[in-house]
Amino acid sequence: MTGALFLGWRYLAHHRIKTSILVAATALMLFLPAGTRLLVEDGAAALRARADATPLILGAAGSELELVLNTLYFHAESPRTLRHAALEKARATGLATLIPIDARFRAQGAPIVGTSLEYFEYRNLTLGSGRQMGLLGECVIGANVAASGGLGPGDSLISSPETVFDIAGIYPLKMKIAGVLARTGTADDAAVFVDVRTSWIIQGLGHGHTDLAKPGAQSAILDRREDMITANAALAQFSEITPDNVTGFHFHGASGAFPLTGVIALPPDQKAAALLRGRYQNSDSGLQLIVPKTVLSELLDTVFTVQNYVILGLVMLSLATLAVISLVFLLSQQLRTGEFRTLSRIGASRSYIALLITSEIGFVFLISVALATALTLITRHFSMQLMRAFLSI
Amino acid sequence: MIEVSGLEFHYQTPVADGAAAFGLHVESFNVPAGANAALVGPSGSGKTTLLGLIAGTLRPTSGRINVNDQVVTALSERELGRYRILNVGQVFQTFELLNYLSVIENVMLPWFIAGVGQQLDMRTRAMELLRDVGLQSRAKSPPEELSQGEQQRVAVCRAMLNRPAILLADEPTGNLDQQNKQNVVDLLQAQARAFGSTLLMVTHDESLLSRFDHVHDIHSIAASPTSRAGQ
Repeated sequence: MTGALFLGWRYLAHHRIKTSILVAATALMLFLPAGTRLLVEDGAAALRARADATPLILGAAGSELELVLNTLYFHAESPRTLRHAALEKARATGLATLIPIDARFRAQGAPIVGTSLEYFEYRNLTLGSGRQMGLLGECVIGANVAASGGLGPGDSLISSPETVFDIAGIYPLKMKIAGVLARTGTADDAAVFVDVRTSWIIQGLGHGHTDLAKPGAQSAILDRREDMITANAALAQFSEITPDNVTGFHFHGASGAFPLTGVIALPPDQKAAALLRGRYQNSDSGLQLIVPKTVLSELLDTVFTVQNYVILGLVMLSLATLAVISLVFLLSQQLRTGEFRTLSRIGASRSYIALLITSEIGFVFLISVALATALTLITRHFSMQLMRAFLSI
Repeated sequence: MIEVSGLEFHYQTPVADGAAAFGLHVESFNVPAGANAALVGPSGSGKTTLLGLIAGTLRPTSGRINVNDQVVTALSERELGRYRILNVGQVFQTFELLNYLSVIENVMLPWFIAGVGQQLDMRTRAMELLRDVGLQSRAKSPPEELSQGEQQRVAVCRAMLNRPAILLADEPTGNLDQQNKQNVVDLLQAQARAFGSTLLMVTHDESLLSRFDHVHDIHSIAASPTSRAGQ
């Protein structure tokens, strides 16, 4: 028996290209339906876990899905914004802890998330290195951002301008990295966190420049009246917030009118949640308070429906592949008639030759199963990332 | 010792007129133990068929074949396989080496099939055989890298691995030049002599006949062979 196994193995090793193709085809045949199912189920579970941990989201009336995807996963597609005053009003009810989210800008492709320190406590985010952001203009970055950019505490990150040719638009702000978060395997790993006021500065709602009242700033003055100085185009605006110029930064307008993309609401109990939801039902305030778990379930139901069709297609493809592989084996056996005749003339029985063929099929199948298992494990490892890439979140 | 008596063999496929095709009839044919004999005759005269019947790869319609007191014609299919691998060494005209095995693995092929004895012993023996034929240094080479003469020497080594009682060679020199023909006959006879094997070699090369103790003409031992009893 070991002789037949040896001959089978040597045959496969000698015809390594043919064997590799057979193994690859068989492994894919096994992996694709199972891998797709695992990928979707694991990815969906990971997505659900984040949604389950977020009781309520307050946002401007509009697409619920965009609001959930932006608030939970910092999706590039921003929902309509709500005013900061809406957060203050909700906070005044005392029914929930409220965490602002302003995720509209990006730095080196990573979303910049303007928020408050409560966010880190709520998501159990801990620092891997450095310290928490303390000053305006500082940021804390996720582990993936740090790894991909080779960044660490003390380095800087520049926000991306919204449009290159929009001279009236958003100017880049150089942000100092105060710390790097420990890896969590969630969307937080790929985000740049700043204080919400910093994100307003990126938008241009706040800015810093040289003090026109100082004697050295004469060349930047266009007009001076009793209580008002008008600057000309020579006025230099700060592109970085430092301890030296931080006092020169100021906001124009009422903070209540400043935008947020969403607000995470954390009621202490079911009763508070119900009361809070009641305040926004049939409201004509232009706001909506949604349960992200429900919204995400609707999205994932659609994904699962698509998944079932995809798996059905893959199973049919696998059956076709199996038929082709069987044909290849049969044709191969016909080509080996002379070899089998030689073995028989030397003394091999029919069962020995059958064992030889079976061992070859067995080896191909075993290697394929091992390869398919490895692919499945890799897929499971990256299921969350793959699912997020698939859903663009 | 090979003893054939009253042997009749018909091919199963009917000929055009519906009658069974007659293959071979041998009334009596003997090769003494330890002898080296040549079997001669033109193509299609039944030489290969007779070798196949003695080796047990073909079943006679009737008659008896006795090899070293073992009645080959009485063996079952399974016993025939065992008989071939333990008692019969065969060398074929086209060598029939397996291209996916190295030279030494080809020599060890009977062991891979029979599995009798220790692998290490068989490897040592295979290496000794290769050394005897001057191919020790090519043990790990693939057969296609060898010349035809070298490949035939490997085939002889394979046939001798199990120290067979009889060594059947079916035109082993058919594809070789004159020098290699002489070398292969030398090798077969030397190996047969070394292990006390009875050698029966089919050939229609008359230049080699003087090398054998016994020369049998198929026409003198077989009756009415037809073209169906081909090579």
